[in-house]
Amino acid sequence: MTYRNPPTTPRKSATFDDYTLSEIRRAAATGIYDIRGAGAKRKLPHFDDLLFLGASISRYPLEGYRERCDTSVVLGSRHARKPIELKIPITIAGMSFGSLSGPAKEALGRGATLSGTSTTTGDGGMTEEERGHSKTLVYQYLPSRYGMNPRDLRRADAIEVVVGQGAKPGGGGMLLGQKISDRVAEMRTLPKGIDQRSASRHPDWTGPDDLEIKILELREITDWEKPIYVKVGGARPYYDTALAVKAGADVVVVDGMQGGTAATQEVFIENVGQPTLACIRPAVQALQDLGMHRKVQLIVSGGIRNGADVAKALALGVDAVSIGTAALVALGDNDPRWEAEYSALGTTAGAYDDWHEGRDPAGITTQDPELMKRVDPIAAGRRLANYLKVMTLEAQTIARACGKNSLHNLEPEDLVALSIEAAAMAGVPLAGTNWIPGKNGF
Amino acid sequence: MPATTMSKAEREQSHARVFDLSQHSLRELNQALHKLTPGSNETAWEVLNPKGSHSVAVGVDQPITIDVRGSVGYYCAGMNDGAAITVHGSAGPGVGENMMSGSIVIKGDASQYAGATGRGGLLVIEGNASSRCGISMKGIDIVVHGNIGHMSAFMAQSGNLVVLGDAGDALGDSIYEARLFVRGKVESLGADCIAKEMRPEHIELLQALLDKAGVTGVKASEFKRYGSARKLYNFNIDNADAY
Repeated sequence: MTYRNPPTTPRKSATFDDYTLSEIRRAAATGIYDIRGAGAKRKLPHFDDLLFLGASISRYPLEGYRERCDTSVVLGSRHARKPIELKIPITIAGMSFGSLSGPAKEALGRGATLSGTSTTTGDGGMTEEERGHSKTLVYQYLPSRYGMNPRDLRRADAIEVVVGQGAKPGGGGMLLGQKISDRVAEMRTLPKGIDQRSASRHPDWTGPDDLEIKILELREITDWEKPIYVKVGGARPYYDTALAVKAGADVVVVDGMQGGTAATQEVFIENVGQPTLACIRPAVQALQDLGMHRKVQLIVSGGIRNGADVAKALALGVDAVSIGTAALVALGDNDPRWEAEYSALGTTAGAYDDWHEGRDPAGITTQDPELMKRVDPIAAGRRLANYLKVMTLEAQTIARACGKNSLHNLEPEDLVALSIEAAAMAGVPLAGTNWIPGKNGF
Repeated sequence: MPATTMSKAEREQSHARVFDLSQHSLRELNQALHKLTPGSNETAWEVLNPKGSHSVAVGVDQPITIDVRGSVGYYCAGMNDGAAITVHGSAGPGVGENMMSGSIVIKGDASQYAGATGRGGLLVIEGNASSRCGISMKGIDIVVHGNIGHMSAFMAQSGNLVVLGDAGDALGDSIYEARLFVRGKVESLGADCIAKEMRPEHIELLQALLDKAGVTGVKASEFKRYGSARKLYNFNIDNADAY
């Protein structure tokens, strides 16, 4: 009998893990970077790393089903003659027609309207489905200016000047040829079937001084009626917020890196921009330093999933949040009922992110006439409204437990953090301590 | 005729509604223009003392004439939809941006981004235009009597850009289906922009544009045509060096 040395257990590298190896093989085979939809998938410090303290001897709670807890918010009161009032502080983020199907856009409008909140156009102009079914519609003003026209500008309820988005601060839109149908091509003034890469900078302004003049033009065209938002990706939230305020914005929208996109490079999504949690306090600080907190409203988006996330964002000083990915899931995106089809596409329900390919089994991120029939805009709109209702009730539950009669009365003092990173980013103490990393020189 | 040389009587005789920006605010001007309805008989307007103001006569949507006596700042006549607007001076950045229809004539020079993203109508610049003229144009016709600066017609999607003089660097970079006609020399062409044959239909189109813009003494045959090679329409890794 020969003696064999005992072998070690096969060990995979933490650096070269399975996903990394598969990406190297994919790149070597195709010669092109990976493009996908959605936002950052890596684990990041997030709202899960914060906890509410609740009421105790020093703070008394409100009765859950008896005492009122206000959820409404007014956006655009700084300069607009017609600010918008929303019943809940949760809005639907900009997602383009082109990226999404017509029925999906209609469903977003229906769901938002049932819930007393707003929805937003995207990098593809305003559709009749969307305008018709949205009581309050925010019209995005993007570098591409696809479909931009003064009539739609005037029938919008607010205008959002998009400087960047969280998934790709510094990147432009991308809509690949397979989704450029006749209707999408016409709205974008482009030949059918070409790969469409929107510009990353606006064609007629650069920098904060030009932005101020651009905002003046938009206000003059719309006779100072509409609230004007400025949306930025989570790059330099302190300075971007301050400069947007200086340029005259009524509302600043800050989108963290978990915020989704229809399509961009994986390397961009995962490596550029900051987590949502890291963006909030600097943005709030900028508003406070300028004496504009609550005068210019702050909307934050990127990875908002439930009422706890809403309550935590508001406690950190935000006026409203915006959801995109979660809204699509409520409509039916990545639903396990289509598992067989996800599997056939080489993925699984919950992981599907090739939204740019236009073959979405759920019929949402597609222009395929057969697939898009899978979205019933009335039923899907109802699901979105239900989901928004649940989020609102959840946020109210937490606010009442903290003794607050309005979601906007939540404050950083209601929170602690579970990790040093989250404590530093959110500017709240590490649980069980009075230590806020970075405060007082420690 | 400059405002200063026009007598009060002459002005009254012209039946134009005169709006003096040294007496009234920009807001009052634009509000008055936006209040006009299709039946209005106030079809001729004259704006005095613009003194470089931004956003003069933006968002006008009636077929009126507006004569601006002097130079304007940013975004003059932005999103114009049907008016015939003449600037008797020079224009700052973004003149006629996103024009839908109508016409804009700049008697002097125009700064950056003239006619950016314009969807229709005619923009005539009797002097020179700076960089990024016709950037992202989507159907507008632009005629420049002088020269244009660098990166003009960047990502131009549709419409016609006519230049009687020279064009700067990187003309038509990443161009889609817009047509570019240049009479003078082109410093360099941008990615995917190439010189193209002038066929009879292009001569005819160009001649019509020259006529419409009131250009005389210049023949369509003196121009060269440029447009998209359409090689970058669908991404191909072997073209990566072009981006």
